[in-house]
Amino acid sequence: MRSIRAAAVGAVTLSLALAASACGGGSATGGGAGDSPKTLTYWASNQGAGVEVDKKVLQPELDKFEKETGIKVKLEVVPWPDLLNRILTATTSGQGPDVLNIGNTWSASLQATGALLPWDEKNFDAIGGRDRFVESALGSTGVAGEDPAAVPLYSMAYALYYNKKMFADAGIGEPPATWDELVEAGRKISKDGGKWGLGAEGSNLSNNIHQVFVLGKQHGADFFTADGKADFTSDGAVAAVKQYVDLMAEDEIVAPGNAEYAQNQSLSDFANGKTAMVLWQTASATFKSLGMTDDEWGVAPAPVPSGTPGTGKATNSMVAGINMAVFKNTRNLDGATAFVKFMTSDAEQKILNQAYGSIPPVKAAQADPAFGSPSTAVLRETLATSAAALPQVPDESQFETAVGTAVKELFADAAAGRAVTTESVRARLAKAQQQMPAK
Amino acid sequence: MTTTTVPARPGARETGPGTPGAARGGRLPGRLRRIGLPYLLLLPALLLELLVHLVPMVIGIVMSFKELTQFTLRDWGTAPWTGGDNYRVSLDFDAPVGEALLHSFLVTCVFTVLSVGLCWLIGTAAAICMQDAFRGRGLLRALFLVPYALPVYAAVITWAFMFQHDNGLVNHVLYDQLGLTDKPSFWLIGDNSFIALLVVSVWKGWPFAFLIVMAGLQNIPRELYEAAALDGAGTWQQIRRITLPSLRPVNQVLVLVLFLWTFNDFNTPYVLFGKAAPEAADLVSIHIYQSSFVTWDFGTGSAMSVLLLLFLLLVTGVYLFLTSRGRKTADV
Repeated sequence: MRSIRAAAVGAVTLSLALAASACGGGSATGGGAGDSPKTLTYWASNQGAGVEVDKKVLQPELDKFEKETGIKVKLEVVPWPDLLNRILTATTSGQGPDVLNIGNTWSASLQATGALLPWDEKNFDAIGGRDRFVESALGSTGVAGEDPAAVPLYSMAYALYYNKKMFADAGIGEPPATWDELVEAGRKISKDGGKWGLGAEGSNLSNNIHQVFVLGKQHGADFFTADGKADFTSDGAVAAVKQYVDLMAEDEIVAPGNAEYAQNQSLSDFANGKTAMVLWQTASATFKSLGMTDDEWGVAPAPVPSGTPGTGKATNSMVAGINMAVFKNTRNLDGATAFVKFMTSDAEQKILNQAYGSIPPVKAAQADPAFGSPSTAVLRETLATSAAALPQVPDESQFETAVGTAVKELFADAAAGRAVTTESVRARLAKAQQQMPAK
Repeated sequence: MTTTTVPARPGARETGPGTPGAARGGRLPGRLRRIGLPYLLLLPALLLELLVHLVPMVIGIVMSFKELTQFTLRDWGTAPWTGGDNYRVSLDFDAPVGEALLHSFLVTCVFTVLSVGLCWLIGTAAAICMQDAFRGRGLLRALFLVPYALPVYAAVITWAFMFQHDNGLVNHVLYDQLGLTDKPSFWLIGDNSFIALLVVSVWKGWPFAFLIVMAGLQNIPRELYEAAALDGAGTWQQIRRITLPSLRPVNQVLVLVLFLWTFNDFNTPYVLFGKAAPEAADLVSIHIYQSSFVTWDFGTGSAMSVLLLLFLLLVTGVYLFLTSRGRKTADV
């Protein structure tokens, strides 16, 4: 009966979208919770340059785990665009993996479904205690004051990546530390026909959110009130969104074509020497795969108005990263916990984060010299001192869609040469706020 | 006149009265078997239909009366009832949700009319041109069917590449080579996205119209054309007086199918624009997907689906009523 109902729910959620098969949410019964205590199903998010790369990175570690514990882990690497749909379908049908990766910004939204195992004191103790993790990473594991819905696995932060040669050619000595300096540097480079100062991903909703959230902090605005209500039209929020879109509309240091970018095209533009700067999270591995050598680019903290990153108005990154969660209805809770313990152990943290170019959210691993190179040091420093977690509210997912789309439409306006004014920004944000669930 | 060649109701013919076996009857089991057998043979299909279509549909209708968000999704059976709230929200055209739904509905209506119209026009014109044999006809016919044979995803993603602002083929031709626009245009964002969507939809849809009309043309007796030619009718008059009227029954089905497919098309806009379609190309299918899967409000999404279903049923019903009535009077 239970499985019939589950199948029916799976079928209906899919048929409701009329032809949602294209969205990749297809296999509700894909993984199937491990029936035997000797197996686990693991959905890993796509971290490397491709799904195959991830398999190569992860499989040896999973083999190691099997050798230690006798538990076989069935790995499935899920591409980003499919991951949230897959998790939602698994939540409704109850037919999910035992252990999975989630984007850390989804923590509170997924926590609200009640499908994920809460990490209370007891569960944390089983993996070595809560204190092992860096505080900023724990900040994006669920709603404050509740037991986290996940534990941090990989941490990332935003930084300013710049092309050394293009900077030298334009006579720019130091990477910009303030927005004024960034615009100035960008203009020097953009003067040259066909070259642009900064890259953006105007049609990527999540990236839009990350950027305007940080700018919002710098303008003293959050996108939610203290009690979790949407607050998109405050002066600070409007100013933040306008400042970001103005990099294309008014400052003209972002190429209009970037308005339709959503597949990391700005990174290939950067690697091809078309744009001189990108604001990105842990881009080194991608640059390498695009054929750039490490000495061709430099990295500096993302700009803040004062020039010195810190907390509050000097925030210059969101806390980016991947969390690891356990499905509550796993039939192998002990095995799942042991697997989380393994993946967050000091040794594995070093191996995995080095492979992905990310920063370990585990203190002991983070202190390792392997993460002390100039490029990772900037990210580590940012995470430790000047990064803030996105609002941990159950409506976070809707916020990304609503405000991310508003920014996308504003970029479309800017690209088409239509004026982007404080009023037009406020109007778009007001519309986005109306689309949020009224609770 | 030629309507009889179209098996409008195939079931009616097969189970028609006076089958030879009727005379043999008399004993109950035999009769039962005779009457029951067709139904027995239909049973697997009926069961599958029930499982694949009806059950989800009923569940969908139930869901449309519930509050299904991230808070209640996991155990949707116990989710609170909202009465008609989801419908009220969807149909309140002064509030944001209803307003957006109405907008996407109107966009879809205009899009469907244009797309179906163009598909039909191009398909019919191509089929008529292909009616007479000429060198290379077979090759051309095969080429015409390529869009229909290609996997939708691969085809649409190729279009998405071609529509790119910076490196796309479309701008390269229109701006760089022909100089028809004064600067490269955006096709995947902003107002032009409607045109991009229409182009891909027509490119994808017309070969089907071509195929069906071509099949329909095979059924028109050549003698009619010969007689008309003897009477002095030109090509255009032959098309108008013979071809088009003869194709009527075929077209009735073709237009209905194209309408339903286009109105519900999800793949094209999703692959072209992703989960947040530009306002100008916000088709109702994407809109419902967004309400359900992106905004995590499955109750309202279900209500919108049900409303869409009712609308399509209504249109189909009226259409079938009107066209079948027309056919009857034509037959008399």
